[in-house]
Amino acid sequence: MLELREVSKVVEGETHIAPTSLMLTPGSLNVLLGPSLSGKTSLLRLMAGLDRPTTGTVWADGKDVTGVDVRRRNVAMVYQQFVNYPALTVFENIASPLRLARAPAAEIDAKVRAAAELMRLTPYLDRTPLTLSGGQQQRTALARALVKGASLVLLDEPLANLDYKLREELREELPRIFAQSGAILVYATTEPSEALLLGGNTATLHEGRITQFGLTIEVFRNPADLTTAQAFSDPPLNTVAANKTGANFMLGGGLSVVAPKGLADGPYVLGVRPHHLALSAQGKSSAGLGATVSVTEITGSESFVHFPFGGSDWVMLTPGVHEFQPGEAIKVFLDPSRMMVFSADGQVLVN
Amino acid sequence: MIPTLYILFLMVPIYWLASMSLKTNGEITGGFSLWPRSPTLANYKVIFTDPSWYHGYINSIIYVVMNTAISLAVALPAAYAFSRYRFLGDKHLFFWLFTNRMAPPAVFVLPFFQLYSAFGLIDTHIAVAIAHCLFNVPLAVWILEGFMSGVPREIDETAYIDGYSFPRFFFRIFTPLIASGIGVTAFFCFMFSWVELLLARTLTTVNAKPIAAVMTRTVSASGMDWGVLAAAGILTIVPGALVIWFVRNYIAKGFALGRV
Repeated sequence: MLELREVSKVVEGETHIAPTSLMLTPGSLNVLLGPSLSGKTSLLRLMAGLDRPTTGTVWADGKDVTGVDVRRRNVAMVYQQFVNYPALTVFENIASPLRLARAPAAEIDAKVRAAAELMRLTPYLDRTPLTLSGGQQQRTALARALVKGASLVLLDEPLANLDYKLREELREELPRIFAQSGAILVYATTEPSEALLLGGNTATLHEGRITQFGLTIEVFRNPADLTTAQAFSDPPLNTVAANKTGANFMLGGGLSVVAPKGLADGPYVLGVRPHHLALSAQGKSSAGLGATVSVTEITGSESFVHFPFGGSDWVMLTPGVHEFQPGEAIKVFLDPSRMMVFSADGQVLVN
Repeated sequence: MIPTLYILFLMVPIYWLASMSLKTNGEITGGFSLWPRSPTLANYKVIFTDPSWYHGYINSIIYVVMNTAISLAVALPAAYAFSRYRFLGDKHLFFWLFTNRMAPPAVFVLPFFQLYSAFGLIDTHIAVAIAHCLFNVPLAVWILEGFMSGVPREIDETAYIDGYSFPRFFFRIFTPLIASGIGVTAFFCFMFSWVELLLARTLTTVNAKPIAAVMTRTVSASGMDWGVLAAAGILTIVPGALVIWFVRNYIAKGFALGRV
């Protein structure tokens, strides 16, 4: 059990982490999701005990560990950069936390070999990390975190610097490997899709603040506010200011769509996920809007169509290859029943 | 072509010294000869058999090694602190340390002599070794700090998370990473201390007299012993050349990585 109570971090008058409370349970996988500089690494460092919080306390298993030296905490951490001990062999790198814990030699050997097998490092045990590829180096770091058997494992964008194929493989294996240890796993990432693939719980971060914490799929489906929805959307969430009068929202550009019942008249912000926009009408309430394509990106099986709408850039994710030319006029359909409605100050009202 | 000529030009004095060391005094003073007419090792024999000569070498090597060891031992923790921690006045202190090198050694001859006399340290190896630290420690801190700052801080943190104590981390994990820096630093400390004459001569009289001082006192009643002096010169170049040979790879790396 790891608990942050009103923890904050201020460095030279700059708030890195606003007062934050968070409770993580053993055996859970927790994703910290947010863009760069949102405070993911700062929060991880506070959890690890590498930095001391400016205010608030950190509790581990019912004990106040605020300010306790990181050597005395039972944590393991893996950085985005591949951090190993270049002077030691891969075997000694992985074995190092066990050696320091004065484990018997036979046990060290068994554990290191088991971890190396899991991370597919067995052929490289006698090499030094700098002679390995980036993926192998990072797997060495992960193996070291694994053998330690720490109750808190912190992974700071561990797969960000790896190539695509390896990233997919490890992303699938990591939660499984660490889940067996019963540790609290905290995984920081900038990619919403990675959070969804990992599952578990997600805390979305925005400017040093946790905007929402809960089951990943819940946070994704039912964001509490606009910043959470924006943080948890890739490609970015399409938003537009709207004014409700009567039964309809009046959007910029003279478009009007059916508004959900029970909302007072007044200003709102509407959010539409890119894959909820379509090239054809999806229901009878579907509203068509005229769009001028600014650019089209084709990934092979899907097309990202960018167009300006209501003063901001919108993007539609649509299946199939659509080679729209810049400047081409198209009609984009929006399904009001799948719209998210936010109040003018960003609180969610309708999902 | 031009580099070759230039290198030949640079080699001329060294060749002349080597050739003189193999000649007799008669040949040196008697006329001009491009190479020794009857090469002899007699001059070298004088140096290796006369204690007043070879003790000069031993004395020099003792205080140079002492100085290099002290400089590294002091500079390693200092450089680590400057590289990893921020404390009040750290940048000023770093600069002040370096300003110690701005004065010529001659400036410090008087205070050192007076101070060391008071403590009875005159004519000991440690006196010269410590005196040279005034110049070598700042240089060593400066070079090492550059190398240490090139090592990512995350390695330190990972080691602490793994449970390394500071000394164990420093010697087992950190020192190997800056081995080239330590090599380069040792080289510069060695060079300064080996070449420096003024302080070494002033602080010693008999027992710790350095070779360079011995060489300046060879004008005897029978005149100048040119051949022996030339042989001593060649032998004085040898340790420097050896050190360069051993650290040449480190130096090359050092020039690429660090602060040199």
